[in-house]
Amino acid sequence: MNIYEQEKVLLEGLAANDTSAIETIYRENYSTIQAFIVKNSGYPEDARDIFQEAMIVLFEKAKQESFELSCQIKTFIYSVCRRLWLKRLQQQSRYYPASEIIKETVPVEDELEVHEKLNVDLTLMENALNKIGDPCKSILEAYYIQKKSMPEIADTFGYTNADNAKTQKYKCLLRLKKIFFAQYKNGE
Amino acid sequence: MDDALLLDAIERYRNGEMSPQEIIFFEELRKNNPDIDQLAAEHNFFLAELDKLSEIKAYKHNLNEVENKLANEGVISQNQAKAKTKILYLWNRYRRTIAVAASIAGIVSISTATIVSMYSENKKVAVITPLVDHQLRQFEHKLNQIETKLNDASAVIKLPAKPKFEANFRATGFLVDGSGYIITNAHVITDARNIIVENKKGEQFLAKAVYINKITDLAFLKISDTSFKKVAALPYTFPKYSAELGEHIFTLGYPREEVVYGEGYLSAKSGYFGDTTSYQISISVNPGNSGGPVINKNGEVIGIISSKETNADGVVFAIKSKNIYDALKEMKGDESIKLPTVNSLKGLDRVVQVQKLEDFIYMVKGN
Repeated sequence: MNIYEQEKVLLEGLAANDTSAIETIYRENYSTIQAFIVKNSGYPEDARDIFQEAMIVLFEKAKQESFELSCQIKTFIYSVCRRLWLKRLQQQSRYYPASEIIKETVPVEDELEVHEKLNVDLTLMENALNKIGDPCKSILEAYYIQKKSMPEIADTFGYTNADNAKTQKYKCLLRLKKIFFAQYKNGE
Repeated sequence: MDDALLLDAIERYRNGEMSPQEIIFFEELRKNNPDIDQLAAEHNFFLAELDKLSEIKAYKHNLNEVENKLANEGVISQNQAKAKTKILYLWNRYRRTIAVAASIAGIVSISTATIVSMYSENKKVAVITPLVDHQLRQFEHKLNQIETKLNDASAVIKLPAKPKFEANFRATGFLVDGSGYIITNAHVITDARNIIVENKKGEQFLAKAVYINKITDLAFLKISDTSFKKVAALPYTFPKYSAELGEHIFTLGYPREEVVYGEGYLSAKSGYFGDTTSYQISISVNPGNSGGPVINKNGEVIGIISSKETNADGVVFAIKSKNIYDALKEMKGDESIKLPTVNSLKGLDRVVQVQKLEDFIYMVKGN
């Protein structure tokens, strides 16, 4: 297998949420990113944040159907991390590095824009979930987020049968939708 | 049909849990009933958002799991290591300043020593001064030791070697000694396991690093392949004096598979943040140009390209050639590198100069 085939397999694994693919990418790239961030007035903890975020951007990209990475994974990750980190430094108006070693990067502005939008959407949904309170939040999360079955949920939350749980879930769902769409329309 | 049933139907349709008859019925219902169709569209959008959240959460869960695993293995620095990493962080932040401070301390100590011995009749003072010098050297030695340790710590854990050679970086280097010594940037090869250099003809040679200095960002490679034919005389020289503002300069490098020429001028005698060990030059460079020579009209290599400014175009920094001599001194003859002393490019046309030069410019790559 040449490097491109290897990377394709890795990305397919990533799209399928495969832990070993994630691990490989971490092992091959983490130290470079940490070195970059530490060199540019960051702490190793910052590197963890930034790297995770870049992994999510890569995940979103890998899941697109007509997806093809026009560069190596390491170049993509480096470019995303670099962009994200410089942006964060700017936001905190901290020291902005005026000089850096010449390293290959690719433009990632489009990807980051898509990623930002997705983040906003996800935050809307999470906020809505937090607002409806328990047990609604837990029931809906169990069903829609953790993908548990109705009988399982009935058992966990102490409903006599799956139908009762389903009725409760329906009521909760209506509340969640109401809050979500109210926020959604406000946000627009 | 009440709303609860309808939402349930939308979800079952979406999850593919309907029988063929139900599907036909449901699709008819949507087609003939705009209200239901709109509700279905809205609900599908809502479910898609929930799915995204679910997917990302599952993925983040795995990310955290991998992170924890690697943190336990030490591949990722843990929070407990904060004290150590903080020092590393501060060191990285200030090491250039420290280097400059150390060199200033050196200059000051020499000048005070001279003054003291000139104005003092007391011979004891003259005896003390070499001691001070000695202490300074010890201090310098300790600094170097600390630096090596810290650099080792920052390198964390090396990845297991891959069986097949695939280059994952590319830069430029050039011969400083015809017997097979190439100079390039330290940052290019710092983490490299295997290094290969390739000339214009595409001939490849294995090379190994014989000197790496992260502070000056200089490194020497030695070609270890026996197939390498020694070059009797290199056409360029390395001046010890400082180049002049406005001097026209050019470079050759490997931002692509092919050697690329670029020209510009010397725009400042100091580099990034007043760093006096480098020049600022105005030239357009790309990744891959790192380690390339900066040559003036007389064919003298006045510097080595090292870095560029992030938010400005054409602002590039090059390490002054004088640093090469310092590096050789620092190696204390570990390797017998002899810099060329005869310049055969002076007075020639630029095109001819390039022709005579390009054979000695190498692509440096490796993994």
